[in-house]
Amino acid sequence: MANATGWAEDTVEVSGAKIYLRRAGQGSPVIVLHHDIGTLDDLAFYEELAKSHDVIVPHYPGWGKSPRLEWMRHPRDVAVLMQGLKANLGLAQAALVGLGFGGWVAAEMASMAPREVSKLVLVGAMGIKPPEGDILDQAIISYIDYPHAFFHERKSFEKLYGNVTTDQLEAWDIAREMSFRIAWKPYMHSQQLPHLLGAVTAPALIVWGEDNKVVPQSAAHAYKKALPNARLEIVKGAGHAVEMEKPAELTKLVIPFLGSK
Amino acid sequence: MHLMYFTEQPMSAYDEKAGLDYGATALTFSNKHFDPKEGSRLYNEFLEQYIRCEEVGIDGIMLNEHHNAPFCMQAKTNMFAAILAAVTKKVKIVILGNPLPLAENPIRLAEELAMIDMISKGRLVSGFVRGGGQEQLSAGVNPAFNRERFVEAHDLIVRAWTQPGPFRHEGTHYQHRVVNPWAVPLQKPYPRVWIPGVISKETVIWTAQQRYPYIALNTSIEDTKKIWALYDQTAAECGYESGPENRGYLARIHVADDEATAVKNAREFTWMQGEFTGLAHPVWANPAGYFSPTGRRSFVEFAVGRSKNPRGAMTFEQQLESGMIMAGTPKQVLPKIKHLLQETRPGIMAVWAQDGKVSQKDSLRCIELLGTEVFPQVREWSKELGLNSPFEADAPVHLNYSKDLKKKPVAAE
Repeated sequence: MANATGWAEDTVEVSGAKIYLRRAGQGSPVIVLHHDIGTLDDLAFYEELAKSHDVIVPHYPGWGKSPRLEWMRHPRDVAVLMQGLKANLGLAQAALVGLGFGGWVAAEMASMAPREVSKLVLVGAMGIKPPEGDILDQAIISYIDYPHAFFHERKSFEKLYGNVTTDQLEAWDIAREMSFRIAWKPYMHSQQLPHLLGAVTAPALIVWGEDNKVVPQSAAHAYKKALPNARLEIVKGAGHAVEMEKPAELTKLVIPFLGSK
Repeated sequence: MHLMYFTEQPMSAYDEKAGLDYGATALTFSNKHFDPKEGSRLYNEFLEQYIRCEEVGIDGIMLNEHHNAPFCMQAKTNMFAAILAAVTKKVKIVILGNPLPLAENPIRLAEELAMIDMISKGRLVSGFVRGGGQEQLSAGVNPAFNRERFVEAHDLIVRAWTQPGPFRHEGTHYQHRVVNPWAVPLQKPYPRVWIPGVISKETVIWTAQQRYPYIALNTSIEDTKKIWALYDQTAAECGYESGPENRGYLARIHVADDEATAVKNAREFTWMQGEFTGLAHPVWANPAGYFSPTGRRSFVEFAVGRSKNPRGAMTFEQQLESGMIMAGTPKQVLPKIKHLLQETRPGIMAVWAQDGKVSQKDSLRCIELLGTEVFPQVREWSKELGLNSPFEADAPVHLNYSKDLKKKPVAAE
């Protein structure tokens, strides 16, 4: 993918963690919190965001290029480290875009430090027990079947990941191990989070792919109910990873929402 | 030589076609295919087999447990151990083993084992295992902390067995503010601990560091020698010299009065389509974080179906040929066992004597032949070869109780 915006790499130390990040664009800051399977470097959605915002895409400790922290036990630990990262970067406020598992991290951040989050975007967010159905259990399916399930159509997956390399499979195994280490039980949700979300002050945009096979849509409604100021949008022809499958549609929703500071 | 009998306690009455149609016979293969009437019959048949073992002079009965699968009916190994403690008089009750990481309360496990040891009047051998990958999933236990939980639970159980309470344990995975169980083992310092395993180097090293015997589970002669080399090297680093008393081996041997019956029955060792634990998805057997990170790269290829199982899959005939399965009359199998003894030099040997749908009549006959015709000869050869069991060698229960260390022990914590 063309790298028109010019992505810079950096590593920031927070509380013993060496957090790798990619950053591009100018404007108000937006921190993107990635999925439990990690993130690709170049995504059309990131490019679009960077046209009008200062976009920061960190790798959580243990994922991608950030080394593991042995002591991490909960996504809330990741959320605290991400708050630390934000402070370290000198950002008083930032908008958060949480993708899947990253939605959980973003929701934790917005509830623990409400005034530091200007806008909250949750795309297919984990973190709440769906009132109906369950979050897909990656433990019993293969490394490749799980990312497949992120998409409404297989061809969308293939377009981005092509012929999956052994490096990618290994990265998914490592990411899965990290997911187990911090979100094993209860699996991919917090029993406290729905209650804590009442503290969030930022306006929230909840986006769900109509065909989300990973987090049932009932969780989207639960988020909408728990957040004081939230709006829900359903994207047709998309699965769990709306940002990868329907980047233009997601951009159309997110940019105006982030829009005026 | 300590000679034991083992059966996986196969749920042989399950609907095999249903398993093949579903494509898996483990973890998520529905328990609607488990028939408790047949289960009741089979449990009682296994009990009859164990009692017959004692009657024909077999030294020990090896027990284990697995979950959510027809290949093994024991869901809690301490149940049969407790039954055997009451209904037998002489045999060692050898649990290989309790899956420690699955325990949410290791103190309760320490109490159960202490009760078994007392009821059996000191006949317990308390092996411990990490539990298979699928076991972590069926128990809902985090596979990523499997090894940490194993070591912490082990240390806590040994402490509960050896240090008078009350004391407090504030660990990483277990926290118990009052440890003071009013049931402690009869055997002192504590019951012998043997550790069974297949390929995990980390487990071999840890076992040698404790000076616990390692029981190689039907590994090839070549792989078994590699395990012993690693064990011996670790033992030397810990200041002791390892020998047959540190080595056990599980062999699949079925004997009958005639060769045709023996071979027909032995074919049942492959009743789970050649997989010991049944057909399963690779990520069930090795959930992320469970396996050694050194094997990650080759495993991910296998897990998505791009490469063959690194452990390989031999046909029944190949396994007979190579001695991985032995079948025949006692006279026919004895030379093969002698070869195994000479090559791998164990002081403990378990015979996995039948599997699958072998009839109760043939199972009992196999046990009689083992006890009266096979094992007496094996004992004689073992004497000639100097293959002493931990009991015969009066080996220390743990490295900490060694009196022959060449330097200060470093690994026993």
